[in-house]
Amino acid sequence: MSQPIDENMVRHIGTLSRIELTDDEVRTFAKQLGDVLEYFDKLQQLDTEDVAPMAHAVELTNVLADDAPRNGLSTEQALANAPQHERDFFRVPKVLGEGS
Amino acid sequence: MTRTTNISKVTPVVGLEIHVELATQTKMFCRCINQFGDEPNTHVCPVCMAMPGSLPVMNRQAVAFSIKVGLALGCTVPEYTKWDRKNYYYPDLPKNYQISQYDLPLAAHGVFEIPLESGETKAIRVLRAHLEEDAGKNIHDLPGCTGVDLNRAGVPLLEIVSEPDMNSVEEVLGYARSMQRLVRWLGVSEANMQMGHMRFEPNINLHIEAGGQTYKTPIVEVKNLNSFRALERAVAYEISRQTSEWKADPEGFTLAKLGKQNRGYDDNTEKTVFQREKEEAHDYRYFPDPDLPAVVVDEAWRESIAGDIGELPLARRQRYMDAYRLAFQEADALTMDAATGDLLDAAVAVGAEPKRCVNLLLGRAAAIAKERDCTIADLGIAAGQLAELATMLTDSNINATSAETVLVAVIEDGGSPAEIAEVQGLLQVSDTGRLEVWVDEAIAENPDAVAKAREGDKKVLGFLMGQVMKKSRGAANPGEANKLLKQKLGG
Repeated sequence: MSQPIDENMVRHIGTLSRIELTDDEVRTFAKQLGDVLEYFDKLQQLDTEDVAPMAHAVELTNVLADDAPRNGLSTEQALANAPQHERDFFRVPKVLGEGS
Repeated sequence: MTRTTNISKVTPVVGLEIHVELATQTKMFCRCINQFGDEPNTHVCPVCMAMPGSLPVMNRQAVAFSIKVGLALGCTVPEYTKWDRKNYYYPDLPKNYQISQYDLPLAAHGVFEIPLESGETKAIRVLRAHLEEDAGKNIHDLPGCTGVDLNRAGVPLLEIVSEPDMNSVEEVLGYARSMQRLVRWLGVSEANMQMGHMRFEPNINLHIEAGGQTYKTPIVEVKNLNSFRALERAVAYEISRQTSEWKADPEGFTLAKLGKQNRGYDDNTEKTVFQREKEEAHDYRYFPDPDLPAVVVDEAWRESIAGDIGELPLARRQRYMDAYRLAFQEADALTMDAATGDLLDAAVAVGAEPKRCVNLLLGRAAAIAKERDCTIADLGIAAGQLAELATMLTDSNINATSAETVLVAVIEDGGSPAEIAEVQGLLQVSDTGRLEVWVDEAIAENPDAVAKAREGDKKVLGFLMGQVMKKSRGAANPGEANKLLKQKLGG
């Protein structure tokens, strides 16, 4: 059995994803995500003894590009859709401390 | 104080994560230029800015560079490797996830030999090396806001993780410096600290033996150190801090009770500082990136990269000490980069005496390289020029001082050493007739010194020799001139 989805876990995932959820939404999503996981539990019952583990859903491999520069966007284009910019930087609220 | 504070032994246990920016022309998933120091947001495109609908395509060279490092570190390079999304939110990370490698890294389980001050080496195990993308840069000194520059976003970053096999500050620094030398040697990174090409994250704790028991202090990971000095200070500070914290609370300040902690480093105080973190900060929810197909490294690819690696720094240094009879410092100085040793080997291959070449390279040439902040090889001396000059020394056609003058001219203007020596009158004169003129002049002009020399004053003899050399402008063969001078004074 997979770990059951309760309302606390939905809130936790919401926080990690920077999504604000109302109590109603938390209840709805807990139920919906629970149903999805239940379906996976059903899949777990299949006999996969002779099936090799799959690390990736796409069977293509080695889609690689040559290390040759191509023009990107101009600074004006790059900043065009930004809600705010400061000189040539994207402007964001003051960040304290460094991330990981 | 309890009895357990009678410490009989403290062993620091340190593992090191090193991030190395790879010197590819372009970024890891788009073809924007990988270049430090340009105006903000000038090397950006829909992919590295995370525009909806854009798709990353892996840079072949970044993969090849990573495999090269992995093989040089004696790692296993598995046939199948893939990329995963590491999810977290930070303004310099436009996708809100970093593309990294979770369970199937490009390289794993290697060993890196590092030199110790004693002249011995120590084997440090490498747990894994994986290829991920760098984030952009947050600029904090703007008025009332933070600015984001995405030029660095998506630059290929190789993270090399060691096992906790280092037991002193010296070993940590030795490992870090050796890694810098290695990645430069392999040509995969400039490893320039000022440009942020290398960043360190040490994991440090202590094994303390006291009262017949071994205590382990909590493991501290110090984030984001960007200089060797910061690395040295941070590790030294943690060793002393953990020792005193443990003394204050031997039963409480332990790994079992407190687990792992993150600390930052303050450049001004040279101390590590506690970092408050949200509890959920490290729930990264890794999953395979559906946009990036896996990479299969077949034997042919692996072999062709392995064939490119050649002799590594430690092996070459040992060869120089054995085959060329060089002192440790000389061999070490000549193996800071690959090209300088290649130059030496090429000159020796065409018949030059190794020791003569080494003296030439490590004299004025090394000093000029230092002034110019480049390697000796960057000075542009050709192997043929070096061999020619070294052979002139061996054949006594030039003396050591004049050879340095010729070498400087070669560095500055190029040309054949023999021709330069000829034109500048630096060819060594061994011909008795010409030497006699300078010796006679020196004797005639310094009657007092001559008188003293005849009474056996050795110091004055040196002075007279100096006069002869000066008159010849350094061209006199010192051995022959000395013989002649002694003859004349004695006669």
